[in-house]
Amino acid sequence: MIQFSRFVLPNGLRVLVHEDNSTPMAVVNVLYDVGARDEDPNRTGFAHLFEHLMFGGSINIPEYDDELQKAGGENNAYTTNDLTNYYCQLPSANIETAFWLESDRMLSLAFSKKSLDVQRKVVCEEFKEHYINRPYGDIWFKMREMAYEQHPYRWMTIGKELKHVEEASLDDVKKFFKKHYNPANAILVVAGNVVTEQVYELAIKWFGDIPAGEKYNRNLPQEIEQQEARRLDITADVPVDAFLKTWHMPSRLDPDYYVADLITDILGSGASSRLYQSLVKEKQLFTNIDCYHFGSTDAGLICVDGKLVKGVRLEDAELAVQAQLDLLIREGVSVIELEKVKNKTESTMAFEDMSVMNRAASLAYYELLGDANLMNTELEKYNSVTADQLVELSRKLFEEKNSHTLYYRSK
Amino acid sequence: MSDVRREKEDFLTSHISHLTSHVYNIMNRKIAPPIKDAVEFDLKLKPYDKYVLRNGVELYAVNAGAEEVIQVEWVFFAGNSFEKKHMVASATNFLLKSGTSQKSAFAINELVDYYGASLARTCYNETASITLHSLTKHLPKLLPLIRELLTDAIFPEEEILLFQQNNRQRLEVNLKKNDFVANRLIDEYLYGFEHPYGTYSRFEDLAGLTREDLVDFYNQYYRNGKCILFVAGKLPPNIMELLDAAIGDLPIQGGAVEYPAHPILPAGEKKYRISNDPNGVQGAIRIARDFPNRHHPDFFGAQVLNALFGGFFGSRLMNNIREDKGYTYGIYSYLQNHLQRSAWMISTEAGKEVSEATIEEVYKEMALLREELVDEEELLLVRNYLMGSTLGDLDGPFHIIGRWKNIVLNGLSEDYFYQSIRTIKTIQPEELQQLAKKYLQPEDFYELVVV
Repeated sequence: MIQFSRFVLPNGLRVLVHEDNSTPMAVVNVLYDVGARDEDPNRTGFAHLFEHLMFGGSINIPEYDDELQKAGGENNAYTTNDLTNYYCQLPSANIETAFWLESDRMLSLAFSKKSLDVQRKVVCEEFKEHYINRPYGDIWFKMREMAYEQHPYRWMTIGKELKHVEEASLDDVKKFFKKHYNPANAILVVAGNVVTEQVYELAIKWFGDIPAGEKYNRNLPQEIEQQEARRLDITADVPVDAFLKTWHMPSRLDPDYYVADLITDILGSGASSRLYQSLVKEKQLFTNIDCYHFGSTDAGLICVDGKLVKGVRLEDAELAVQAQLDLLIREGVSVIELEKVKNKTESTMAFEDMSVMNRAASLAYYELLGDANLMNTELEKYNSVTADQLVELSRKLFEEKNSHTLYYRSK
Repeated sequence: MSDVRREKEDFLTSHISHLTSHVYNIMNRKIAPPIKDAVEFDLKLKPYDKYVLRNGVELYAVNAGAEEVIQVEWVFFAGNSFEKKHMVASATNFLLKSGTSQKSAFAINELVDYYGASLARTCYNETASITLHSLTKHLPKLLPLIRELLTDAIFPEEEILLFQQNNRQRLEVNLKKNDFVANRLIDEYLYGFEHPYGTYSRFEDLAGLTREDLVDFYNQYYRNGKCILFVAGKLPPNIMELLDAAIGDLPIQGGAVEYPAHPILPAGEKKYRISNDPNGVQGAIRIARDFPNRHHPDFFGAQVLNALFGGFFGSRLMNNIREDKGYTYGIYSYLQNHLQRSAWMISTEAGKEVSEATIEEVYKEMALLREELVDEEELLLVRNYLMGSTLGDLDGPFHIIGRWKNIVLNGLSEDYFYQSIRTIKTIQPEELQQLAKKYLQPEDFYELVVV
């Protein structure tokens, strides 16, 4: 059970505090309710580029990193299709430094031309390092475009193409800041060796006078229910054939989300999972195969992803995957198998919660979903999933017309 | 629970309106709040409990943390230093859980997965580990399996064939990655291919593995090998009895280990430009020189100098090459974590057209460190960063046991930890400059770009 207190400043900033006196450190986590899904289709990659710019100096403080490091702190940030999260950890005696730094960049950035010029280049190198200079690096660009026709999950967080990042202007940056970076769209979580009342006072002192800004109302185009299977067959300079197939799955707040999550564990997570045991170990069609999803807030994708043993035909590999899905739908899961994936879930959560940083980020994320206390009720939801629900949802999810199949052939 | 929280909210709402009236106008956002310099922090490494099992195997235990989880690591002296044929050590380690006379690989995996546990294997140069992570409550159910793996692993032929096939393909994919190729080559230049630190997997070594190689290695270095145990987490009160019952009667031993001597044969040529991917858009850059191990008195100061040079996000390399020039997504320098000898390495992926410019900047930064004293402000920042990150790194039982493992395996004393802290707090600019003059000389470095 994660204990926390919550309150809302008059400007709309939500503040959550989680005390843990077993550590000498404190974590300050600021989540902004903006991700790649909120981007203009002609200006993709912007939420992530912007995350880089948040370190390029704020209105009163030229160097974020230097000031934090002086206080013995470390920090980082990440952007997803759904959100942008900034976190720093520092000795709790110096926690006010984090309030100073985070509140100043929420108040206003310095909007330096130099920072934009440099970070555009840095992000382009990041793009190259992860997606161009790497075998199969573009596979998810292709899959997302095939799977989504309307929803902005069509593009990757890093952006659709290098050109979008290269063309970002200072004016775009300012508009983006004004629209998304304000107390009404942010969640502050403070955790670790802190006293709740002191955190409240510091929150008021540093964040209290930041103008509320406008609450961003998300209104994203949604997918129309898919009526026909989609397929793509490409050839590239890679050493072995790869197979990737996805199906639309329920959104994060749908009760079926937990069922879908357990389905991925049954099929493809761990050395005793079904796909690994049957297709890698027994049939030896794949050298590795996984089943997973991204936990996205809006309706996401359930994925089966593997590399083929040389000489195996992609068509045969796909049939073998389908046979495993059919088996699940036809015969369901055993009591032991269901217990296994529930035990795994319990264990994963316990290990994740070891770190104060993870606890802070989780609280922020669940608050974003609507209720931070969801963090404490998740396990119960997984434990109440039944074998029948698994079969029923599998039947619905794995319908061929709901699928997208990508053959990535070796030249 | 929810009621309690609600009450708190009400209390605080009134609290805020009371506060807002007087705090707003008293601060200047340009002025940093006062800080306690991290160098003033008194860092303590939580001590371990030590036990010795019946067979002489030593057990180091750290009981800490709030979550009901446990980590048990069996460290065997079974790293690749001990192998007589390439890749035998890592293959044996990986295939330890691929079957016993009683259980198939699937049955083993299913048992581990059923309890939501994980059983990782890792092969290093001197040591090779089996690491169990589990909820504390399930440990008694899992220990008999570990005993079985340490006494009765049979290395089935078909599992070895599968291992060879899957790793051959994985290697084919990895060889397309410039960073993977660069990491292999730079180690080979530093130590020579026949040295355990310089060797790497090749197709022919993989193909040449036999069941007999693995069984022999297993018998000598696991079943009858030497082992140290490291345990951390929320420990059951009878942890010592549990582990003694599980493996205390086995022919595994504790005690000192002699490492086989392998001559180091560094490459003669210093500069390399390798073409790996004709369509690549980035070069993998590695710049490295040899460096003594942790017993050398220069090691402490070099860790501070390294931080200043390229050891963290606020370092000079990062500030110059990423934050000023935008040549790369990231650049770091570090001291390799080897027991017998280390190396000082600079590592980055940079745009193809700016790779040479990046190398030039690295040498410029070395020259600055040799020629100019670091100013007090920058040094204080580095000190505070290192103290803060050490403090953060001592967070939680797994991190604490990791520190102890490092001390024990390197044959260091507890004072090693406190000596590094003292160095961080007190090292002077002159000493850092002396170290830079001694070690950061471009002509001593190997230089590699893989594009």
